[in-house]
Amino acid sequence: MTGEPRLFKLKPPLRDSDVTGMKIGDKVLITGLMYGCRDAAHKNMVELLDKGNDLPVDLRGQILYYVGPTPAPKGRLIGAAGPTTSGRMDAYAPRMYDYGVKATVGKGTRTESVVKSMVKNKAVYLVAIGGLGATLASKIKGARVAAWPELGTEALWEFRVEDFPAIVGNDVNGGDIYRESVRYWAEKLK
Amino acid sequence: MRTIPLDTVRDTVRKLYLDACYRLNDDMRKAIKDAVRTEANPQGKEILQMIYDNADVAENEWLPICQDTGLAVVHIELGEEVRFDRPGLKEAVNQGVSQACKEGLLRASVAKDPLKRGNTGDNTPAIIHLDMVPGDKMKITVGAKGTGSENMSRMKILTPSAGMEGVKNFVLETVTQGGSNPCPPLVVGIGIGGNLETVAEIAKKSLYRPLNDRNKDPYYAKLEEDWLKAINKTGVGPQGLGGSTTALAVHIEALPCHIGALPVAVNIDCHAHRHKEAIL
Repeated sequence: MTGEPRLFKLKPPLRDSDVTGMKIGDKVLITGLMYGCRDAAHKNMVELLDKGNDLPVDLRGQILYYVGPTPAPKGRLIGAAGPTTSGRMDAYAPRMYDYGVKATVGKGTRTESVVKSMVKNKAVYLVAIGGLGATLASKIKGARVAAWPELGTEALWEFRVEDFPAIVGNDVNGGDIYRESVRYWAEKLK
Repeated sequence: MRTIPLDTVRDTVRKLYLDACYRLNDDMRKAIKDAVRTEANPQGKEILQMIYDNADVAENEWLPICQDTGLAVVHIELGEEVRFDRPGLKEAVNQGVSQACKEGLLRASVAKDPLKRGNTGDNTPAIIHLDMVPGDKMKITVGAKGTGSENMSRMKILTPSAGMEGVKNFVLETVTQGGSNPCPPLVVGIGIGGNLETVAEIAKKSLYRPLNDRNKDPYYAKLEEDWLKAINKTGVGPQGLGGSTTALAVHIEALPCHIGALPVAVNIDCHAHRHKEAIL
């Protein structure tokens, strides 16, 4: 973990060139559209793709945010909305990257197959800080259910965000911040 | 005998569950603030500060600290001289949970069936633990247990020859395997002894002691301190992104057990560490 982290400002839809320069540990601020989804919406999306159908919204070049928010209080767009554990979406992620999703946002490590898929598809994984439910909700300036309202919190959400903060967790070169950083610190703290 | 109305129980559970989800406990605030100062990784310091600030945002804007408002885990210590004004203690607890979920806009996070899934819609049923104790009071503790940390918890029945080192290794293995998933910095609750079901129960119960309130047995109090140091040398760090603050506290509870067994359970809690209690 050497070198000062750089700052990337992302405005989806993204092209390869928007993400190929990123290295693990770099900081990211996202402004614009971000699509919220977790286990149940992923299951639906992959089923549609496997049947050769279109998704309810075109997610190519877009960012998926792994989240299941709390209900919106009166006068607010959304309740608490921090990231959920990304590992549960690992079964679906390679399919979503193959389809054209350029970045996913969540918390926790990704398995090898997902890391390989990012390298192959020139895509990235961004880490949002887990448990910042209230803070990250305040970065969401627009929210609507884009599909499957019957899934409640697990619906496919379309968010408009401003300066949503994240850290590059896996880059297009196969770098993995969790593995490298923990190894570095375990050695240092010996 | 003293009579407590079940409406009071219901209202208390509702209030405690909401309070747990919306307001970070003072002992956690202090522990996180201290960790901002002591964390070795600059990025870890930043993350800890964001976690600290999030508690203010939650309180000021009246939003839950975290969107996973958890399973409601309710521990009741019931004085033997207490009776209720009508039957239906569990129903009253569940009503309190349901009202908190609906009126307090918590996330409905309980699947109706483990395999067929679905959603109960109001976070019922709560997990309820009941202990009878002497006296005419009733203590209610409500934990909001998120699943990021619960999923990284483990239990195992070791053989007695594994001893203290075996238990310690199991604890360290659990924390490092969990890595970033349970949202470190953690509170680590450890049960040792008992049997299959009680070891998990005491691990959960130990979580809800005041932070760093040491085990009364000096032997276990020392282990709590030593193991916290060992956990903080794993390098996992805040959010698993590396650093010296992997856990803020280790709590151990022990029970007598079978001569042929050494049960251990590690119940991990995240940095939101939500629990509130009241005495009626």
